[in-house]
Amino acid sequence: MDVESYVVSNSVTLGLVLACVWVARVVGREPIWRDAARQLWSRRRLAIVVVALYMTIGLVDSIAWKGGIPEDVVDVLPNAPLTLLDRAFLGTKEASYSAPFASVEFYGAEALKRPGQHPFGTDILGRDVLYLSLKGARVALLIGGLTSLIAIPLALIFGVGAGYFGGRFDDFVFFLISTLASIPGLLLLIALIMAMGRGTLSVCIALGVTSWVGFCRLTRAETLKLRELDYVSAARALGVPELRIVIRHILPNLAHLIVITFVLMFSGLVLSEAVLAWLGIGVDGSWGQMIDGARDELSRDPIIWWNLSASGAALFVLILAVNSVGDAIRDVLDPRTLKDSS
Amino acid sequence: MSRLLEVRGLQTAFPSATGETRIVDDVSFNLDSGEVLALVGESGSGKSMTALSILRLVPKPGRVIAGEIKLEGRDLLDFSVSEMRRVRGGRIAMIFQEPMTCLNPVVAVGAQVMEAIGLHDQIGQVDARARTRELFAEVGIPDPEARLDAYPHELSGGLKQRVMIAMALSTRPEILIADEPTTALDVTVQAQILALLSDLQRDRGTAILLITHDLGIVNELADRVAVMYAGRLVEVAPRQELLSNPLHPYTRGLLRSIPALSPPGVRLPEIPGVVPSPDHWPNGCRFSTRCGERFEPCAEIFPEETAPTSDRRVWCHAVDASSRDPEGEAL
Amino acid sequence: MGAYIIRRLIYGVGVVIGVLFLLFILFFTVTEPDDIARRALGDKVPPEVIEQWKVNHGYDRPLWPWQDWDENLLFDHYRRMLTFDFGLSDADDSPIIDRIRAGMGPSLSLTIPLLVLGILIGIPLSLLVAFFRETYIDRMGVFLCVLAMSVSIILYIVGAQYLIGKVLRWYPISGFNADLLMLPRFLVLPIIVGLLSGIGGDVRFYRTVFLEESSRDFVRTARAKGASEPRIMTHHVLRNALIPILTRVVLAIPFLFTGALLLEAFFGIPGLGSMTFDAIQANDFATLRTMVFIGALSFVLGQIATDISYGFVDPRVRFE
Repeated sequence: MDVESYVVSNSVTLGLVLACVWVARVVGREPIWRDAARQLWSRRRLAIVVVALYMTIGLVDSIAWKGGIPEDVVDVLPNAPLTLLDRAFLGTKEASYSAPFASVEFYGAEALKRPGQHPFGTDILGRDVLYLSLKGARVALLIGGLTSLIAIPLALIFGVGAGYFGGRFDDFVFFLISTLASIPGLLLLIALIMAMGRGTLSVCIALGVTSWVGFCRLTRAETLKLRELDYVSAARALGVPELRIVIRHILPNLAHLIVITFVLMFSGLVLSEAVLAWLGIGVDGSWGQMIDGARDELSRDPIIWWNLSASGAALFVLILAVNSVGDAIRDVLDPRTLKDSS
Repeated sequence: MSRLLEVRGLQTAFPSATGETRIVDDVSFNLDSGEVLALVGESGSGKSMTALSILRLVPKPGRVIAGEIKLEGRDLLDFSVSEMRRVRGGRIAMIFQEPMTCLNPVVAVGAQVMEAIGLHDQIGQVDARARTRELFAEVGIPDPEARLDAYPHELSGGLKQRVMIAMALSTRPEILIADEPTTALDVTVQAQILALLSDLQRDRGTAILLITHDLGIVNELADRVAVMYAGRLVEVAPRQELLSNPLHPYTRGLLRSIPALSPPGVRLPEIPGVVPSPDHWPNGCRFSTRCGERFEPCAEIFPEETAPTSDRRVWCHAVDASSRDPEGEAL
Repeated sequence: MGAYIIRRLIYGVGVVIGVLFLLFILFFTVTEPDDIARRALGDKVPPEVIEQWKVNHGYDRPLWPWQDWDENLLFDHYRRMLTFDFGLSDADDSPIIDRIRAGMGPSLSLTIPLLVLGILIGIPLSLLVAFFRETYIDRMGVFLCVLAMSVSIILYIVGAQYLIGKVLRWYPISGFNADLLMLPRFLVLPIIVGLLSGIGGDVRFYRTVFLEESSRDFVRTARAKGASEPRIMTHHVLRNALIPILTRVVLAIPFLFTGALLLEAFFGIPGLGSMTFDAIQANDFATLRTMVFIGALSFVLGQIATDISYGFVDPRVRFE
């Protein structure tokens, strides 16, 4: 391949940022969404800030370039593309374990290169645990984001299609959903990953294939309801093309469900990846993998606890923040749970 | 006729962006025993909220923030929770607008009426069932024995409303609050339900607070009428006088827009504009934004209560001015 | 109702056939019969031994019917599953049905307490939270639920094993002993972990259902006739909420039979979950497909059971 992977990653990151800005501007023009965003902000300020922080870390870890590595740094290849985050932690690698803020190695008491500068200590290879934990943010966002980008469109195409057009297609989709739902989720996940081989993309595809079913069922039911609404019938009677009805009348009415599902699904996906990592088929560099790796260290004596604590805490805080935002989003956007105000 | 219920200065509010919005504001009226008082207004005028306030059933986070609701001299707002429970369904019963959704869908209708009886009277299942059957017969449910074990979805809207009425009457309440009891029903069924309410009221002497937007119903049933607009009372008068000689411009507007009272072929006059939302109620008379007769103080100063005759009250600057006239011929 | 059940059953058979097909495709795109043999026999066996193993286990036949209509793996796969002839494990040649019999006890002794305790704790807790809606208790409860949901099950397992097994030294951290006196010692930890990881989501789900039901008009009617709040909760809200709750509970029943894969694997409980887990690790197709088949079958039956039980709690349901 001519294009190097870091260039692709940079462009994708840029694209995503631009897409976010565009969506924010479009959404900002709709009073309903603007009002929802305002309510959300007033309810879950801290959680939103935390999520934004993780996203920033992920962003900082997504912009990479080559060169500019000082001569005295020996633990990276001189020609490797490094991200902003990598560069911030250049030269922090020690020889082996060290406790948080320690100045000597944990086993052997050799002096550290950077005494007192590892707030979360270092792991068996001497890598700074804070650095590894921060790198996990990008992986988690990638898993949650990429998988949602696979699962939600899949669910929408099948769900809206089945609900709107009915007939044979609906029968087919319903059968497909029932079949997929009948296979124990974890088994299907493992089977898919083994079929596609390990790696970030195949984990995301496998997670996507196993997680779209619930949302598909929801969109199908919702579309069935929307299809019977007067203004949709009126549009059909007026001869508006079907696709246009779907895009103009059905999809906007599913928008709140998409947002709620996206947020609630996100945390579920990141947690699932942790389970997969535990089974040895996760994504490299994820918190799940760190936790899996740190599990044996609990049986060492004296015990190595910072590895597990840091990765576990990083995972927990992100999931808690996302869940908490998701909860609030559901309250703000879902009219079913809103109280009668009249 | 003795004074049964006395509502004074009732204010019910919901929290809003700007503090609290008073959905019901300074509403006062009386209900005498055996009387039918109609509370009339458009949707959003606060009439249902007034009714719910009386039973202290305002949905959260709304609450009654001021006023008195005296039932034979004792303020319901001072009642303990358990005392209040004895009042609800015991001394004051209520029926609602939507018989479709107001009955529990998974419980047989007979059992729902029996529950109401059991909550207030210490009687056995068999007696409660017998009483429910009598009540069903009384409210005109055909084949009452079979209907006892029917579920709500097996009954028509009219029958469901009859069940609601039976439930409300099961403990012989002194007051029945009927919140738009016929709005959700077919026109023919509406007439039957109204006739039923009228008969029951005559036979049992129950006082009825009838909440409606329909002046036709008022004409059939009410002894007195209280007209509400945007959370405030605008006029209270005996039915005959209100219908023949409305004093408040809003009441006049309402009456003009009834089809039966207008000559055929003439376009019905309507009240221009819409009811403002609670956040945009004017400082002065709430109707001033739509009133064709407004003048200087209307938008800024709320009109005082005036009593043109002993049994009428009206809140309007125009009436105010004319009734202060020493010769005092109020229209 | 009979006709309805028969129709549902026929559809269910269709779904199971679909599941079996999907499993077949997925498994044989990754794995060749040679791989199964090599995993069972080890890497260093001569090719003749592998060929012999394949002949013995029937893997010498082609996969698809268009390769050989009379002798192919796909038809054999269906024939065996649909006649409940599970055969021998590819990993150790033990009869699978025996392994299922052996694994059933340990699995059920974990999953039944999990399901029952989950309901017994979850429903009262969520009723309580819903009863105190819009108050400090409610907000606290929801926050605790979200907190409990945000911890990865892996952290629960590691944490529990570490805390109780290593710090407090109360129980062995894994293992199993079917002796009635010893059983609780091995089950307490996995049950606690299972409850902790599930209770947050359960309570939150039940709470939403209860809140939705308590905003209905008939609840206002009950209030207006003088029913007390606890009575409204138990007589009116709970009865109506049973319908969605039932769906969630019945859908958890198939999991009784397939075992809790993660919990069993990491607490060393020799149940059906561990068996499935080992089968994945060992490329044991015969065992894996049996477990997937049983899982899909009980899921399909569970759904039919849900529909039928609706008839008992909801008078509006008619089977046609």
